[in-house]
Amino acid sequence: MAGKPKGLRLFRNLNAKVAAVPMVLTTMVVFVGGTLWTVLYSFTNSKLLPRLEFVGIDQYKRLWSNDLWNAAIWNLAFYGVMSLVFTIVMGFVLAVLLDQKIRFEDTFRTIMLYPFALSFIVTGLVWQWILNPEMGIQEVVRRMGFETFTFDPLHNPDTVLYGLLIAGLWQGTGFTMCLMLAGLRGIDEDIWKASRVDGIPKWKTYIFVVIPMMRPVFMTTLVIVAAGIIKLYDLVVAQTSGGPGNASQVPAMYVYRYMFTAQNLGQGFAASTMMLLSVLIVLVPWAYLEFGGKKHG
Amino acid sequence: MKNWKLAAGLLLSVALPSGAYATDLEVTHWWTSGGEAAAVAELAKAFDASGDHWVDGAIAGGGDTARPVMIARITGGDPMGATQFNHGQQALELVQAGLMLDLTDVAEANKWRDVINPISLLDGCTIDGKVYCAPMNIHSPEWLWINNKIYEDLGIPVPANWTEFVASAPQVEAAGKIPLALGRQAWQSNLAFNAIAIGIGGLDLWKKVNVDKDMEAAAGPEMLKVFQASADARKLASKSTVQDWNQATNMVITGDAAGQIMGDWAQGEFAVAGKVAGKDYTCLPGLGLNAYLSTGGDAFYFPKLADPEQEAAQKRLAALLVSPDVQVAFNLKKGSLPIRGDIDMSAANDCMKKGLEILKSGNVVPAGDQVWSPDVQTQLGDMQSQFWSGDMTPEDAQARYVEILKTGL
Repeated sequence: MAGKPKGLRLFRNLNAKVAAVPMVLTTMVVFVGGTLWTVLYSFTNSKLLPRLEFVGIDQYKRLWSNDLWNAAIWNLAFYGVMSLVFTIVMGFVLAVLLDQKIRFEDTFRTIMLYPFALSFIVTGLVWQWILNPEMGIQEVVRRMGFETFTFDPLHNPDTVLYGLLIAGLWQGTGFTMCLMLAGLRGIDEDIWKASRVDGIPKWKTYIFVVIPMMRPVFMTTLVIVAAGIIKLYDLVVAQTSGGPGNASQVPAMYVYRYMFTAQNLGQGFAASTMMLLSVLIVLVPWAYLEFGGKKHG
Repeated sequence: MKNWKLAAGLLLSVALPSGAYATDLEVTHWWTSGGEAAAVAELAKAFDASGDHWVDGAIAGGGDTARPVMIARITGGDPMGATQFNHGQQALELVQAGLMLDLTDVAEANKWRDVINPISLLDGCTIDGKVYCAPMNIHSPEWLWINNKIYEDLGIPVPANWTEFVASAPQVEAAGKIPLALGRQAWQSNLAFNAIAIGIGGLDLWKKVNVDKDMEAAAGPEMLKVFQASADARKLASKSTVQDWNQATNMVITGDAAGQIMGDWAQGEFAVAGKVAGKDYTCLPGLGLNAYLSTGGDAFYFPKLADPEQEAAQKRLAALLVSPDVQVAFNLKKGSLPIRGDIDMSAANDCMKKGLEILKSGNVVPAGDQVWSPDVQTQLGDMQSQFWSGDMTPEDAQARYVEILKTGL
């Protein structure tokens, strides 16, 4: 390539560009096009079939005055904060433990990562059974002789979110751990040598030296986990179907329910646009921090 | 060798169906519980016997799960031969968009207008003077199902109406049973509420709110009584944690729960379990208070297909579904009421006979699906589900109820 004269920029690396065309088209038409279409139709009164009859922001007004939607937002906020904090803390602690040059590290890593290989649907069903009072943990403990033991988080509106959280953490922590472990392995050996020479205790090195150095890994983990939380749907459907009552409803379930069951596309589109907005709120600052700085700097 | 066999097999699979005269029609529905599946088998048998072929497209998970799949297939250009909907407004937009086959000629040839009773069912299928669906059965949700054995064991008479049922609840509870079984899905809460509304509130109130859409009546003190009665009922159901309706019915069948408010389709489950109406279980239409039934039900719609041969088969199926023999066979298995008054239902059991009498006397009201859009029904379901499993006060619930109804005016 070097010997060739400089042509038009457009024709440089032509093969690569041609190869990228299908994916670019898919992205533009399916993702960007679909998104814009959805946003546009969220301002209409479409029912079962999409119709271009604009009603302004009526759908959004109705959305935000709807108790179910507000309950779903609060449930997600609670689940999200708890899930973020716990996956990152637990993932980091597990990674640090694995990083102590222990024996059978590969085995432990595989065991920890196994749940991540399961889909949310399977995870949800498995935990629905484990937490079911008639055949799960409660029954097992009772058979061991503790007759009055009660553990039934999924059928109580006050505890159902913790039931979801257990399943979500079980599934997701192994993945976070692996990301963190990769980050830890990326820390230069010399840092450790230096801190040992200075006689700094290991835990202090982790907190004051290693964690600040792992900032990019934490940011990436944060974004991956957060985007996953906003999309939360299949776990809830499999585990509780949003119940009892509306105690574990999440926004994605509201979207599905209004688009398809209620035959009210406009309302469903409005709700999904709000979800898109919340994903963007997470993604845009991160993308700016991660990529924006380098490009212009 | 293997390849050759495969090729021959593929060729055969193409060649065989076109060799026969029968036309395949895929029929989608959400009849998957034991009693329902037995009833569908009757339809398939009759259609196959007539020379065509019924391809069963059952979608599990209830109507709320199945309808989106059906609608997606119809609007997405992959229509089935025929599909179940509840008659009313569920398929209205599909018809308006011209996606459904006009059955007017079938209806006229078979004199549907003369035989179908109540005629409101055919009206529900008629849009701008054209018939778009074949009504299949009548389902009324306002029934209370009671396990007799629980009361015999307790030594008290089986309740004859909702008031007695509520009064006997403490004794049932003391015996370690759940008084009221209730599946934790939104539509079941909504169904229980509407049954209580007709039972406690009475016909006039129900019509004022749902047919005349009188919002003052909906916000009035009479309606508040209905909400208070529902609040009492939710206490009785607080220990019932199952999801699906047939699981809740099963609790009544096995004697874990004393009663359930559920539509007459519950009867199919009792029949499959070998229980006898009047002896093992009692059914109380209109909760035993007001013997009124709403006439919702199922109907078959036929999406427009390009192939004229298939269209002819669709029309043959439509005529067959309404024909007397099929109506009798299907509804006996399903536990629903037939859509025509001129057939012999002497094989029906006690419960169905009660329903038939009410139907004959004309004590019928339109179903929720006929008077409100799916949008309103969904919102009501969400709200009722929250009300039935939480601690919302009747006053708050009523205020929300009125707000929701107003979105459907």
